[in-house]
Amino acid sequence: MNIAVLQFPGSNCDQDAFHLFSSGLGLPTSYVWHKDTSVGGADLVVVPGGFSYGDYLRCGAIARFSPVMGAVREHAERGGLVLGICNGFQILCEAGLLPGALIRNSSLEYRCMTCELVVEEAGPAFNTRLIGKRVSLPIGHGEGNFRIDAAGLERLESNHQVLLRYAENPNGSLSSIAGIRNEEGNVFGMMPHPDRAFERFHPSQDGLVVARAVLSLRFPEILRESA
Amino acid sequence: MKRADLPPNPDPVLNQPITPELVKKHGLLPEEYDKLCGHLGGTPTLTELGIFSVMWSEHCAYKNTRPLLKGFPTEKRGATANFGRVLVKAGEENAGIIDVGDGWAIAFKIESHNHPSAIEPFEGAATGVGGIIRDIFTMGARPVLLTNSLRFGELDSPVTKRLLRGVVAGIAHYGNCVGVPTVAGDVYFDRSYEGNPLVNALCLGTLRHDQIRRGKATGLGNPVYYVGAATGRDGLGGASFASKELSAESSADRPAVQKGDPFMEKLLIEACLEMMAIPGLVVGIQDMGAAGLTCSTCETASRGGAGIEIELDQVPQREAGMNSYEVMLSESQERMLVIVQKGREREIEEVFAKWDLHAAHVGTVTDTGRMVVRHHGVVVADIPAASLTDEAPVYHRQSKRPAYLDETSRWTPEGSGLRDVDLEGAKAALPRLLALPTIASKRWIYRQYDHMVQHGTVVLPGSDAGVVRLRLGETEKFIAIKNDCNGRYCYLNPRRGALIAMVECLRNLVCSGATPLAMTDNLNFGNPYKPDNFYQLKECVEGLAEACRYFDVPVVGGNVSLYNESPEGAIDPTPTVSVVGFIEKEAHITRQFARTAGSRIVLLGGAPDELGGSQFLGAIHGLKTGDAPAVDLDAEKRLQDFLLAQIRAGRISAAHDLSEGGLLVALSEMLFGPARLGAEVDLSGQGSLRVDALLYGESQGRILVEVGPGDLAEVLADAAASAVPAEAIGSFRASAMLSVATGIGTLNWPVADLRSKWESSIETAMKRPGLG
Repeated sequence: MNIAVLQFPGSNCDQDAFHLFSSGLGLPTSYVWHKDTSVGGADLVVVPGGFSYGDYLRCGAIARFSPVMGAVREHAERGGLVLGICNGFQILCEAGLLPGALIRNSSLEYRCMTCELVVEEAGPAFNTRLIGKRVSLPIGHGEGNFRIDAAGLERLESNHQVLLRYAENPNGSLSSIAGIRNEEGNVFGMMPHPDRAFERFHPSQDGLVVARAVLSLRFPEILRESA
Repeated sequence: MKRADLPPNPDPVLNQPITPELVKKHGLLPEEYDKLCGHLGGTPTLTELGIFSVMWSEHCAYKNTRPLLKGFPTEKRGATANFGRVLVKAGEENAGIIDVGDGWAIAFKIESHNHPSAIEPFEGAATGVGGIIRDIFTMGARPVLLTNSLRFGELDSPVTKRLLRGVVAGIAHYGNCVGVPTVAGDVYFDRSYEGNPLVNALCLGTLRHDQIRRGKATGLGNPVYYVGAATGRDGLGGASFASKELSAESSADRPAVQKGDPFMEKLLIEACLEMMAIPGLVVGIQDMGAAGLTCSTCETASRGGAGIEIELDQVPQREAGMNSYEVMLSESQERMLVIVQKGREREIEEVFAKWDLHAAHVGTVTDTGRMVVRHHGVVVADIPAASLTDEAPVYHRQSKRPAYLDETSRWTPEGSGLRDVDLEGAKAALPRLLALPTIASKRWIYRQYDHMVQHGTVVLPGSDAGVVRLRLGETEKFIAIKNDCNGRYCYLNPRRGALIAMVECLRNLVCSGATPLAMTDNLNFGNPYKPDNFYQLKECVEGLAEACRYFDVPVVGGNVSLYNESPEGAIDPTPTVSVVGFIEKEAHITRQFARTAGSRIVLLGGAPDELGGSQFLGAIHGLKTGDAPAVDLDAEKRLQDFLLAQIRAGRISAAHDLSEGGLLVALSEMLFGPARLGAEVDLSGQGSLRVDALLYGESQGRILVEVGPGDLAEVLADAAASAVPAEAIGSFRASAMLSVATGIGTLNWPVADLRSKWESSIETAMKRPGLG
């Protein structure tokens, strides 16, 4: 299984995501430049964190127009796996690959801290049997306040598309939502950083569990390898 | 008289006669003006006058401090062929570089942005971060961590709140976006910084020895490139602005404060590192920091022993109609000057095209030794490059011991009739001290900084020192970093205060399991023309130099910020030091938080017995007096060597040094970790001492350590053999209480109450109603 980590101008967690999958899980991982028009046969496309194009407009509002995003959309439509972390989540929302939007934290301040997250029963890849009831992952964002209209929220909840909720809401997100998936279940987005929770010296190694869960939808053997 | 060879400037405004008023407005003294005319062989053009004024400012030329700085050791005596050699020394380049072994090195430096932050805290602090990051990657290093050292007035003032909010948001804005983690810092609040906050930012980067780049222009005919952001009128004359005292009119200087674009900086980092990775392409590179295009051209030429010619029409500009004075003096951010090998122009242009950045061929390296600037086909400046750098004036200022020292240094609690605390007073003092913004948790600040990006942060902000894993090719190494300076001690005893800044910083590193390696300093002082201020500066520098020599910690670079005064007077002298320590093995990494109930608490260094300069005196008695605590370098060295040996032997599970607030504050802070323990200690055996000095005095060279019961006998025996005072004073407990027996009775506090006072103090002060 091949992992592609996108690089936009202003991506700054691209190396973190790269090392989560390469050093952390030992998987073949490569970078894909935003001007490329193909994701190079990747099984999982990771849209990493950072400040794409500086995020001086709405976060992710410019990155969604990068040439590579056409290829990401095709990959997703073919059922390929996509994981957006932090700015990557914001970009996937702006690109319409995930519903909702992320606005300024209710504190109006950036927040960097480790959060306890409640794992939801969100389908074959994301559930408490694979992941456990809780994970502990760092966040680092100024605009992670998840918003969606009432009908959209109802759809998210009834389809079990919510992946993770904050045990203590750090940013004002609606229903404490920290991560969601699309209806089809192959596109994942989350504000917390699995790419900051995998080294032995990190406060938690739950990033590995979450990364494996995302991959398990297409590659169930990844779970056996970890056992 | 204009020199015969220079034609009129295309912009008529720049052809006005150079009057004494104009010279004064440029911050140059009449004798300095005469000197520059001598270098030119005639009168300068207005563009040239501007160029001299910024290059001969304190900020660029260190004209008042250069003789003092010569006392700093710049090499490491204990360096070996594979570790600790200083590869680029202080003052040679934009940042110093030191060998960390296996062909790898680190570059680091601290720099101030005090005056811009006083006027416009957000942009001032943001661009301070941007500037220091450029100083690091211009050396060829990838920036991997940031720290900052901040000083503000007391937090009860609305002005301080506005400044703190703005500075923290500015640092966060820049550092977070550019993707370099802010892993440590220090913050003090004291009236003396009211209206003149200090914002010192440090960046550290990693590189292989063969990746070191220099800011040198060499090779006749080599092309000079300008890369990065376009030039605007922002930050005009920022360097000379930073060399003036702040006054009520300073806000009229706002155009001298630059505006940062961290996104541009991120692109510039990646593009420059990509360019520098191409073998043999880059001859020299320098960032355009203070004094922008002026400084980068004359410094590269002067270092290379060459000349440089630039054509301003080729400089990317974001405003129409800028004249040569404005282009040369602009301090627009995120710009670099690069000299590349002739014939390889296409390679640099391709890299910058990939990153959608400007790469403009603006000039050529010559062999004339002169910096020649053309605009619209006309020579607007023609100056010997070395006259701007090496020949800048140097002054030995007058120094006079300030009169206040006679009074403060003689003060003693007995002499002034200060009564010792009673049981009630001793109990009330601890929560009050823990809630002092200088002592309280800085979580409100550091949670706004991304301190985890690049996934190498091992010890998060809030412990004695930041610890980071460096990924160096296929290997990894661990370093610790810490800033320090208690300005109150430096005010009360400048030389000793500076010594304390160093030894305390080293002690913090040792508590983290690190061996101190090298340091960078930021000298923040008042106007050097005032003999009182210059005395403080001179004494502090000598104190730092003494400690550096004693502990074999070389200075690899630094910054001087003078004229830190507000209408109320000069700031407390603040020679901030930042030391990097090296951690041999990951297992040696030690935190300040107690881990296990039942483990023993050992006090190293003896019982504290001084009150001078303490936070206790300030907060409880409203006094800023007494002598700074005593320093015994030999005892300090024995203590630090002993602790490091014990950590390496695996006998220490937590270590925390006594600093502001003394013994009980340090002990409380050890309880504020994830294990949520209590503690029970007995200090009643120290009955001969003043209770306030014992509990809250700030005697130096003291450390509290957590030791397993099974290791206690060996730790105490080794301490005795090493001539380090050590005493088991109690145990950590699985209880909710901190209990302290003293000669006047037993004190009890619920740890949760202490913790909440400590944790919420700054947050409560900074709370904005209605926001979650």
